[in-house]
Amino acid sequence: MRNLRGYVSRAWWSALGAVGLPRERWESFDRLTRRAVITALWLVIGLVLVYIEGDWNWSAILAAVVVFALVVPPWRRLLPRGFGRFVVPGAVLLLAVFYPQYLSPNGSWWPGLFGWPIFGPFPAMDTMVVMMIFVMMALGLNIVVGYAGLLDLGYVAFYAIGAYMAGWFASSQFASHKIHFGAVGVTDELPGFHVSIWLVLVLAGIVTAFVGVVIGLPTLRLRGDYLAIVTLGFGEIIPQIARNGDNLFGTGFNLTGGTQGLTPIDGPGFGSWLSANLGLPENYLTAANQLNLFYWTALVLVIFTAFCSLRLRDSRLGRAWIAIREDETAAAAMGVPLMKTKTWAYATGACFGGIAGAYYASFKSATFPDDFIFNISVFILCMVILGGMGNITGVIFGAMFLSYLDREGLANIGNWLNDHVGPGGAGVYNKPLDVPLYEFGIFGVILVVVMLFRPEGLIPSGRRKAEFREGVHDQPLYDATH
Amino acid sequence: MPVFGGLLIGLLVVWLGVNFVKSPANFATVFFIGLTNGAVYALVALGYTLVYGILELINFAHGDVFMLGGMISATFITSVFGLEDNAAVSDLVPAIIVSLIAAMILCAVINATVEIIAYRPLRNAPRLAPLITAIGMSFILQDIALAWKGPEYVSIPAVLPKDEVFHIGNVVYTWDKFIVVLITIPVLVGLLWLVQSTKQGKAMRATAQDRDAAAMMGINVNRTISFTFLIAGSLAGAAGLLYALYFTQVRFDQGFQLGLIAFTAAVLGGIGNLPGAVLGALVIGFIQAFNEGLAWHSPGSDWTQSIVFSILILILVFRPEGLLGERTPEGA
Repeated sequence: MRNLRGYVSRAWWSALGAVGLPRERWESFDRLTRRAVITALWLVIGLVLVYIEGDWNWSAILAAVVVFALVVPPWRRLLPRGFGRFVVPGAVLLLAVFYPQYLSPNGSWWPGLFGWPIFGPFPAMDTMVVMMIFVMMALGLNIVVGYAGLLDLGYVAFYAIGAYMAGWFASSQFASHKIHFGAVGVTDELPGFHVSIWLVLVLAGIVTAFVGVVIGLPTLRLRGDYLAIVTLGFGEIIPQIARNGDNLFGTGFNLTGGTQGLTPIDGPGFGSWLSANLGLPENYLTAANQLNLFYWTALVLVIFTAFCSLRLRDSRLGRAWIAIREDETAAAAMGVPLMKTKTWAYATGACFGGIAGAYYASFKSATFPDDFIFNISVFILCMVILGGMGNITGVIFGAMFLSYLDREGLANIGNWLNDHVGPGGAGVYNKPLDVPLYEFGIFGVILVVVMLFRPEGLIPSGRRKAEFREGVHDQPLYDATH
Repeated sequence: MPVFGGLLIGLLVVWLGVNFVKSPANFATVFFIGLTNGAVYALVALGYTLVYGILELINFAHGDVFMLGGMISATFITSVFGLEDNAAVSDLVPAIIVSLIAAMILCAVINATVEIIAYRPLRNAPRLAPLITAIGMSFILQDIALAWKGPEYVSIPAVLPKDEVFHIGNVVYTWDKFIVVLITIPVLVGLLWLVQSTKQGKAMRATAQDRDAAAMMGINVNRTISFTFLIAGSLAGAAGLLYALYFTQVRFDQGFQLGLIAFTAAVLGGIGNLPGAVLGALVIGFIQAFNEGLAWHSPGSDWTQSIVFSILILILVFRPEGLLGERTPEGA
């Protein structure tokens, strides 16, 4: 691998030297120039590709200019008093907030966003909502796996609990009771619990954090791979309870609706008073820009999660997590309480997973046991690993990319392959390929390739990179007394 | 904790006893089913235990190697030998022997290839790294089977004879169940002999105890680990054949679930301990059969997975050394 890289690099520089740019000359330019040239080069390559194979319009040039303006200038140093470090995140945030406005053409001057080669158009709004929800879950799992270094293979359990919390407290599941509290779009006669979705989100966060503690207390003393298998066990048991919960223990008590799931679940909304006085949307489900509202709310949740993750990482607790991840023995010797710290990591991660699950259930207006299979746990784990364990930017990128692949990308790539390489084009193969069918095999390849060649992920945190490259003292300590 | 454990076992005994008194015939039938399940699980569980013993790695891909073994056997039985329901014994015996050998060899090669691709480069990486590639390999193997055989169940004709071997009262023990045990036992005996009496087995045990010291004693550690994966894979291949013959259908995603159950069996018996894995597999096989077959107050097949995983969690939390395992300094 390293030999190959050296060989390519030598060939590259001798080729450049032949056209009058030897390596010494290139390295004599200052860093800013070099960065500008490299970025411009990549952007031009991208533009050419979009022009040849994608769906071209002038928004591609605009996008390239925006990327250039964000990447090249050293914003950190340009603005006084540390404001510079907010420029890039702030700009990305603005781009994200206005995404629904510039995604599609406005009828007069704006042509809508260009389409990528192979991957097709930019994700539609419903995909964006799901992507944001998965970003939130990945950020939650990142606390457990990325910060504290505990492999959790049953994260889907918390997602399931959050979704069923929404199912219980915001639908007509328990028809023998009738408690309404702030729910929108619910007629007075409707039976069952109908609590405002905002309260359900909070409730789901609290309950899943509590379940996280309950699961964590007995199991977190186990060492890494045993912990992984125990969490996997919980991740299999909880969906099975959901599947069989329509007739619990033969008593006829219907807790989870079995394979039918729970549906419909109330949508979010702010009610008539807030709508009249603050202009907030009254009921998402009846609003004309329903998907945009769901998207912006999900964005707020993601920002909240990312903010909490960042602040937690630099807190006393977060530093304790990282200490445990790097060397459990040394951390314990320094007085870090292992069980307490690990349990907090578990509870925090679970909390975000639960909120995301409840919000997803409200968005889909339903929850089914088959949404919570083991593959989803691996899917979320894959996001964290691909992006870069422990790094917020990396995890957000990984989660957005993989959930985009899941919802739209793989289907688009499959169509492109069938039209260009397969039966519709070059005819390399004759039967149309169903790419989304092999989704998890593709994720498996991603897991293996990333772990073998870039274990720190695509956008790693410097610290994690050092751990993977130089190795850490990885023998766990046992404070178990059984 | 002993009080709690004692209570649990007491309840179990009462439940089994009442079921036995109520319907001895049904109990015996279920017992035979459990024995057959246990034999298949034992072969898979041994693979987990061998690999865990030597690498301290949960080889998540092992269940999928087992599933591929089933697919390979199905191909041999239906396409190569063209057997149909109730085939003649003179056709059946050579077909089974050839399929068994083919499945064992191919699965051994697959398992060793998985090791070389996904685990060997990560010998000195953090422990999480090979665990993650193991999950990745598991999905890759599943999709290989998916691309090969499609998303539906692959059916195999019921070639095993259902004639009587012996009977207790009016409960008949049939040949199909007996053949499963008949193939399992020599494989198990051969494995025990290999690990305990050959030089290669000694190298395996030495590598499991201390890899660095073994290397210093002149043992080729990488080759020994590859050898272990070959053995584990061949056991999975044999189990795949038996599963395909006995249950007559295989699907690409069955291996993972069954692998987890077999892993539970290995943990129950004491991971790293060969007789323990067999004992654990029999116990899990009986638990599954009793749960699904007994009439009086049994949770039923809907809950099998939950019960098995609850056992796994309880064992890991309260007795990580398992039934037969010795308490090691690592505590697990």
